[in-house]
Amino acid sequence: MSQNQSYQKDLESIRNLMERSVKFLSLSGLSGILAGLYALVGAAAAYFMVHYPLSPLNYRQESMRDGDVVIKLLSIAIAVLALSLITGYVLANRKAKKQGVQVWNSTSKRLVINLAIPLVTGALFILILLWNGHYGVAAPACLVFYGLALLNASANLFDEIRYLGYCEIGLGLISALLPGYGLLFWAAGFGVLHVLYGTLMYKKYDR
Amino acid sequence: MKNPFDNLDKILEHRLRLQIVSVLVANDSYDFNALKELLDTTDGNLATHLKALEREKYLSVNKSFVERKPNTRYKITERGRTAFKKHLEAMEELIKQQRK
Repeated sequence: MSQNQSYQKDLESIRNLMERSVKFLSLSGLSGILAGLYALVGAAAAYFMVHYPLSPLNYRQESMRDGDVVIKLLSIAIAVLALSLITGYVLANRKAKKQGVQVWNSTSKRLVINLAIPLVTGALFILILLWNGHYGVAAPACLVFYGLALLNASANLFDEIRYLGYCEIGLGLISALLPGYGLLFWAAGFGVLHVLYGTLMYKKYDR
Repeated sequence: MKNPFDNLDKILEHRLRLQIVSVLVANDSYDFNALKELLDTTDGNLATHLKALEREKYLSVNKSFVERKPNTRYKITERGRTAFKKHLEAMEELIKQQRK
């Protein structure tokens, strides 16, 4: 092997190493698709439990003025979140094994911290909103804080996650302008966007 | 014209040292065990080369305890960052020249 090739190989290995030391590349696109499907099922369940038989396009926030309903919606949201996290972890674990790396390493730890700070802030903020009866902005706040969390963690993930973050923030802000349609926007942001993004990532990185 | 081989950094010509420095350039700091896992090397080998880099003041060391276990974190210094950059530029220059 010539000197030249050896330098080129060195440069390549450095680039690869720098990326691997910063980015957690074991996240599976499939987990995005599944998380989106869970969210869509959750949104449908919420609609039938709470708003049915009103059309989803014109229900009002009066339907939320009931502690029981808030608890129901909250439980659905938490179930969707928990299921998505478990799926994400199981699939990442599988992909990491295939890549020959540990799923729980210094990169994924940093990723979790960077995601958790805006998410926990958002969760507490939304609980305070609900506690005070500001139901109309709870769903938009979910989307906005989630988008911010993705942006904050994008350095430790595939670059494309940043655009998902921008979309969630934009959708959240539009949704805040239209308070009666929280559930629809919630389904679009957590359901449709995740399915789209997961499909793109799956095509690009998992095959 | 100056010989680009002269611009190569003697310390960083060793592969593992170059890899260590490249990880530290990309991250705020990195601890010993994470480096070991990432670079897939042995305790002794990694420690030797970290020592060498520390002696050249290419990185700084911070020892502490995490859950009663010793934890050593490494950070790149300005000197190390400059050396890394120069070394990469020299490598690129060499590749370019040999292509002609």
